[in-house]
Amino acid sequence: MALAKRIIPCLDVKDGRVVKGVRFRGLRDAGDPAELAHHYYRHGADEIVFLDISASPEGRRLMVDVVRRTAEKVFIPMTVGGGISDVEDFRRALTAGADKVSVNTAAVENPELISEAADIFGSQCVVVAIDAKREPLKPEHEHVADHIFSNDDGEYWFRVYVRGGREPVDLDAITWAKRVEELGAGEILLTSIDADGTQEGYDIELTREVCNAVSIPVIASGGCGHPKHMVEVFKEADADAALAASIFHYGKFTIEEVKEHLAERGVRVRQC
Amino acid sequence: MKVAIVEYGVGNLNSVYRAVKHLGHEPVVTDDPSELHDADAVILPGVGNFRAAAEKLEETGLCDEIRELLGSVPLLGICLGMQLLMESSEESPESRGLGVFRGTCVALPNDVKTPHMGWNTVEFRTEEFREFDGEMFYFVHSYRVAPEDDVVLGETEYGERFPSVIGDRGRLIYGMQFHPEKSGPVGLKLLGEVLTGASR
Repeated sequence: MALAKRIIPCLDVKDGRVVKGVRFRGLRDAGDPAELAHHYYRHGADEIVFLDISASPEGRRLMVDVVRRTAEKVFIPMTVGGGISDVEDFRRALTAGADKVSVNTAAVENPELISEAADIFGSQCVVVAIDAKREPLKPEHEHVADHIFSNDDGEYWFRVYVRGGREPVDLDAITWAKRVEELGAGEILLTSIDADGTQEGYDIELTREVCNAVSIPVIASGGCGHPKHMVEVFKEADADAALAASIFHYGKFTIEEVKEHLAERGVRVRQC
Repeated sequence: MKVAIVEYGVGNLNSVYRAVKHLGHEPVVTDDPSELHDADAVILPGVGNFRAAAEKLEETGLCDEIRELLGSVPLLGICLGMQLLMESSEESPESRGLGVFRGTCVALPNDVKTPHMGWNTVEFRTEEFREFDGEMFYFVHSYRVAPEDDVVLGETEYGERFPSVIGDRGRLIYGMQFHPEKSGPVGLKLLGEVLTGASR
């Protein structure tokens, strides 16, 4: 038997509040991230990811409080990301109660941060988030595009973006994934910028390529609008975990329903 | 009841602390051997490196204190804490564990992803934990115990069948390779039973 595939709700948090509108009956305060995380915990989430999108030091401080309050009543692994720039940020999140810390832009700008954090806290704490986007291959990209794909529209590659998906960098996502594994990352949180927000399914090709390139677990993210998309990303891309936001937040599907759908299709999941 | 959580300078003890508190007990995080004396149960928590943990236990005198307590109060080793119950580990061949159980710790097989990270099934062999048989728990580890005696209470499959729960009911000693404090309501229940039920 293999490991169960993990289902991970992701909460975007700004200044201590859940950003996307969430309305659940039976929740005291649907905008409170700790309350919502507890809701998902009770309904069978395998893990929780908090993404802090605050821009201010005050927002960062509130995030620490959110993590602390969540850890008091949520007894599954919790990952915190967003605005992590140095080892002290790792320490703050872990001390507050996070089990893993996800780092994105700072890892691209200073890859040594990955090995430094892995040495101090252990690889199992270090998640590297990679935001990737399909880009048509142009002559000026040829020196960085190590993995080139093609379809009817021509040749393309998967390019790494930083700063919340706004800024392209000269890095091939598959090459970068291998590099972060070498540096000591324990897990990759892979988001397809193209698929994110579409609810039309994960980027299977991107996920499959990254899963094949590394031997650490890969969490697929971006594009989930239906449990069938999770079946696809598990069966066709061999992702280890599937992250989703809107299908849970808008109450389209409960975690129980998603897991039932997966189990019926032969995907091994943890039933609660 | 008072539950001493042994601090040996590496792992993240907060989650164990909060789980014990959630169960209604009084957790105390300590590296002071004398504090272990008034505890009703002792937990050796997980995460970290075998060598660093073994050295810290030796330096602080916690090693001797824990050996002295054996059999009088429940002792639970979680993850690395379970591995420290053994005599040694491949992770650091020159370091000595507590030697509570005979045997060593070995690396997981090469043909599976390591660390073994995520939810996996535990098949319990004993009547004592029958209600937990077949439940999933959360694992994060690259080594596993290889006991020489018949102390295996539960097993998990990951590239091979390995002992995920060991114990000696008579001496009230238990080891779990997974993290009960991170394994949802089922994990908390198991943790509670080992801390209290085992002393019955």
